[in-house]
Amino acid sequence: MTDINWHTVVIVLGLAVVTVITRAFFLFSNRTWTMPHWAQRGLQYAPIAALAAVVVPEVVMVNGHLMDTWKDARLYAGIVGAAVYFWRKDVLFTIVAGMAVYMPLHLGLGW
Amino acid sequence: MFFLRNHYTHPEFKVGLRDFLRPAPGIAAWGLMTGVAMVKSGIGLVESLLMALLVFAGSSQLASIPLILAGAPLWVIWATGFCVNLRFVVFSLHLHHYLSHLPTWQRVVNGYFTADLSYVWFVRRYPHPAGDDAGRMAQQAYLAGSNLMNWGAWIISSLVGIALANFVPQSWGLGFAGILCLIGILCSLATTRLRLLSASVAGAVGVAAFALPLKLNIIVAIGAAVILCMTMEKLQPHRVEVLKS
Repeated sequence: MTDINWHTVVIVLGLAVVTVITRAFFLFSNRTWTMPHWAQRGLQYAPIAALAAVVVPEVVMVNGHLMDTWKDARLYAGIVGAAVYFWRKDVLFTIVAGMAVYMPLHLGLGW
Repeated sequence: MFFLRNHYTHPEFKVGLRDFLRPAPGIAAWGLMTGVAMVKSGIGLVESLLMALLVFAGSSQLASIPLILAGAPLWVIWATGFCVNLRFVVFSLHLHHYLSHLPTWQRVVNGYFTADLSYVWFVRRYPHPAGDDAGRMAQQAYLAGSNLMNWGAWIISSLVGIALANFVPQSWGLGFAGILCLIGILCSLATTRLRLLSASVAGAVGVAAFALPLKLNIIVAIGAAVILCMTMEKLQPHRVEVLKS
């Protein structure tokens, strides 16, 4: 019924290993770890940078170019979603509010 | 761990399960959307199922989907997953203080099952590692209970999402829920001004360098943001202390 893409399966298995490695990073050894100072500082900024680098292009770009119109549902949904996060401090509210903006604009107005 | 008898028969196990009923609907909604988003994005059914069951990390699943579809090389996808998961590395350093008495396989399995919210709930109930065996057992049992609730909510909702995805037309653009989820996590990490700077720089570089092959714009953006923020720290060391979360 469905063709299995083995390349994707390998990617997925690798991501599962990545989950194990990151979640148990300091649990594999029984030593008490202290991270070098530069790594601790770097870890302050790397996760949010990774997310922004993935997310921002998804919200403001069309086919590899900056969007050239303001009539794009993603823009408004993204802004509302972020604002709602800072208001309610809950990712679920962000998703629900963002989709409540996105769906009418996208399906109703075709943005 | 929830499959160990001396954990699931402990009274704290039920407390953990019950405490975690509060965030469970949020986890389930998130899993539902991730399930729909995975299938809607066009990665196959079997691949989506494997992702939900084994990867068990919403943000790295969502981040990897566009990369998989773009045909990015393995190492870029895995490295991106690693970066998106970096917060877990920090959690594991903290959890080590609670789990150091356990054999290696139990420490690692505990780490695997402890996701964002079960970690947060655990350290909120137990701000400090226990000093005796009974206390350590109670903490283990509590973690097992909340982890089971978290994992169960995630797996079941993901499977429902994958099943429902075929009834949702592609044109609805439900995959955008995944992006919104990432926006929420991003905002939750924006706790200091320098982190906000990191996000702004990485976002701008991610767009500006988008034409790079293999989604290397993500790696370049992380590098630029981290180097800039660490330089800013060096220039204003007294301010960092104040801003540190």
